[in-house]
Amino acid sequence: MSADFYNEMYDAGGTLRPHYRAFAEWLAAMPPERLARKQVEADTAFHRVGITFAVYGEESGTERLIPFDIIPRIIPAAEWAALQAGLWQRVKALNAFLNDIYHDQEILRAGRIPSEQVLNNAQFRPEMMGVDVPSGIYAHIAGVDIVRAGAGESYVLEDNLRVPSGVSYMIEDRKMMMRLFPELFSRHLIAPVQHYPDMLLENLRTVAPKGVTNPTVVLLTPGAYNSAYFEHTFLAQQMGIELVEGRDLFVKDETVFMRTTQGPQRVDVIYRRLDDDFLDPQVFNKESMLGVPGLLSAYRAGQVTLANAIGAGVADDKSIYPYVPEMIRFYLGEEPTLNNVPTWMLRKPDDLKYVLAHLPELVVKEVHGAGGYGMLVGPASTTAEIEDFRARIVAAPEKYIAQPTLALSNCPTFVESGIAPRHLDLRPFVLSGKRIGMVPGGLTRVALREGSLVVNSSQGGGTKDTWVLEN
Amino acid sequence: MLSRTADHLYWMARYTERAENLARLLDVSYQMSMVPQSVAAQNENWRAILALNSLEATFAEVYDEVNVENVLRFMVSDPANPSSIYSCLRAARENAHAVRGTLTAEMWESVNATWIDLRQQNFEHILARGVSEFFDWVKLRSAVTRGVTFGTMLKDDSLHFIRLGGLLERGDNSARILDMQYHILRNGDEGASDFYRWGALLRSLSAFQVYRKVYRDAITPARVAELLILRMDFPRSLHACADGVIRMLQLIANGASAETERQAGVLHARLHFARIDDVLAGGLHEYLTDFMDRIFELGDGISRDFLIPA
Repeated sequence: MSADFYNEMYDAGGTLRPHYRAFAEWLAAMPPERLARKQVEADTAFHRVGITFAVYGEESGTERLIPFDIIPRIIPAAEWAALQAGLWQRVKALNAFLNDIYHDQEILRAGRIPSEQVLNNAQFRPEMMGVDVPSGIYAHIAGVDIVRAGAGESYVLEDNLRVPSGVSYMIEDRKMMMRLFPELFSRHLIAPVQHYPDMLLENLRTVAPKGVTNPTVVLLTPGAYNSAYFEHTFLAQQMGIELVEGRDLFVKDETVFMRTTQGPQRVDVIYRRLDDDFLDPQVFNKESMLGVPGLLSAYRAGQVTLANAIGAGVADDKSIYPYVPEMIRFYLGEEPTLNNVPTWMLRKPDDLKYVLAHLPELVVKEVHGAGGYGMLVGPASTTAEIEDFRARIVAAPEKYIAQPTLALSNCPTFVESGIAPRHLDLRPFVLSGKRIGMVPGGLTRVALREGSLVVNSSQGGGTKDTWVLEN
Repeated sequence: MLSRTADHLYWMARYTERAENLARLLDVSYQMSMVPQSVAAQNENWRAILALNSLEATFAEVYDEVNVENVLRFMVSDPANPSSIYSCLRAARENAHAVRGTLTAEMWESVNATWIDLRQQNFEHILARGVSEFFDWVKLRSAVTRGVTFGTMLKDDSLHFIRLGGLLERGDNSARILDMQYHILRNGDEGASDFYRWGALLRSLSAFQVYRKVYRDAITPARVAELLILRMDFPRSLHACADGVIRMLQLIANGASAETERQAGVLHARLHFARIDDVLAGGLHEYLTDFMDRIFELGDGISRDFLIPA
């Protein structure tokens, strides 16, 4: 079983990897009852504090706990350094790409990416053409999903550049581990992550509109029924900024104001956790009650900064993903250091033919899908499920891409039957403004069902604390 | 602070206070129903509770008869009744949830825990355990929430709006309880049971011992009215509530709120300089109705000036 997968804790010969040594000694000395008791304590604490997320599609208003696993995922310093360099390279190129396609479109004119792939993409926003944004940054917060496959090599699975979520769990998981097992933190040198909200606020302040010296930053949420509402309140509170809904804001003379008990107050930077489509009912979705009428006009006039920028989604679209290595070469003149997963684009007849012949071994995703909804994991699906998906692909092949099923690495995880390996991924968060930066670590998501490769919380995934070691 | 945030905090406090006072009102009615009296007189009392909240029609849609059990069920745990304790605590929790980032962790946990506990108690459980025990629980939860509010929150506008909502609601509710019970008591049969009834009214507002301490004398209707309306040092009196409201309004004042402050000042002055004989001579019911109207106007002004600005 384990031979096919890279195990984060043990090498192929079953020997403990050096960076897990101190942890393994501690774990071996830990009576199983105490561990089980700690797991219960963690669950209770998370519930009491109300760290929950809403699940779409289930009974309305269902709030569920994201399971937290007490065995950390450990990353050695050298490995992290390489990963961070690769992430910065990638995010810089993605921002350069966005700035380019909303201005001169050099990469399209150079023929490095087919124009129609970008210009006909539903995430491409013509309204953004020629708009200058502070520092040329579009993706201020990027949540890049990384997985490790068979031999231990890393791949980027997705670049999330719209409203990536999960960072609150990274911080809460660390707080929980420190509360449950303080002794572990004296045995290891673990890089801190709790200053993420400070870095985020500083980053947002650096991209304020020109001439604003002491910017007012707010967090725009769709409201209490959004699945990530907990995170919105958490981050606003940690940064000490107002958590606003669309109805709290209004636009006058191309300037954004919020309604306060002391009268209107100008807003300079909006960290928005609301999708493009809902931001401004005058321009996008007319039915949206969540947005702010006139916001786009204020934005285009340079009177307010939106983070992330409108139209950033075109760069993380699955149909654009295969071209990211090309962006790195084009804009930075460098070779990409992080791997892209080989991807078949089903709009191409040859790719479609190959994929239809190999469905049981591939992963097929909707081009515009997210959150683990609307995807097929061939090896984990029944014949009926595969045939059902085949019909959907044939009906609209351009809506899908396919990738080989990666043998996601696994890590020992506390489950009902004891400690057993489960598959995981990693979502680090890269912050871009005047400078680029990140906290060492990220959100580790783990598929708790045996054999499952889907780590999304909406599909039964859990989380682990992620330790980047300092040495 | 954000107007919407202030609005949620203000209403969270109002609903929490309303649930507590409803428990107090129902408790005194329940206590009084123990005193020997005709079934007709008893049911009159319960009918008055429905009338107090203009709920006769809503009640009649579901229940055939006005009696102790039906009214209690309707006012305690009927989710279809927007004024039930259940609905008030749900609204308090929903308002808190919408601004949980503004609350301290202890406050949120207290409001949330009240709601979680309430949902686990159906009306049959409450009856079996004794309704008075339930009313004590509601009062206790309200006290816990108030305690963590004062004990943990920064003294900024968030706290001022919470206090403003709580005080305004309490003033209104005290007036309602007094108006209803005073009327019943004045029209009831004079006799030995009177002492118990006035005693129950005082107890429902946590004023029994206070009365003894202040007057050291027999319980008379005029003194009860004086304590609950005019005594500045009794925290549930109309005077004390009006005094708190005006202090909160001074702390949150903005460019649009001068008229609301003036109205609060008038309300306060009318209580501050009043004598109970004059109040009673003009008719207590008229006096209390006028007070409640003025509180309603103030609430309107507060919404307009601070919470839902145009």
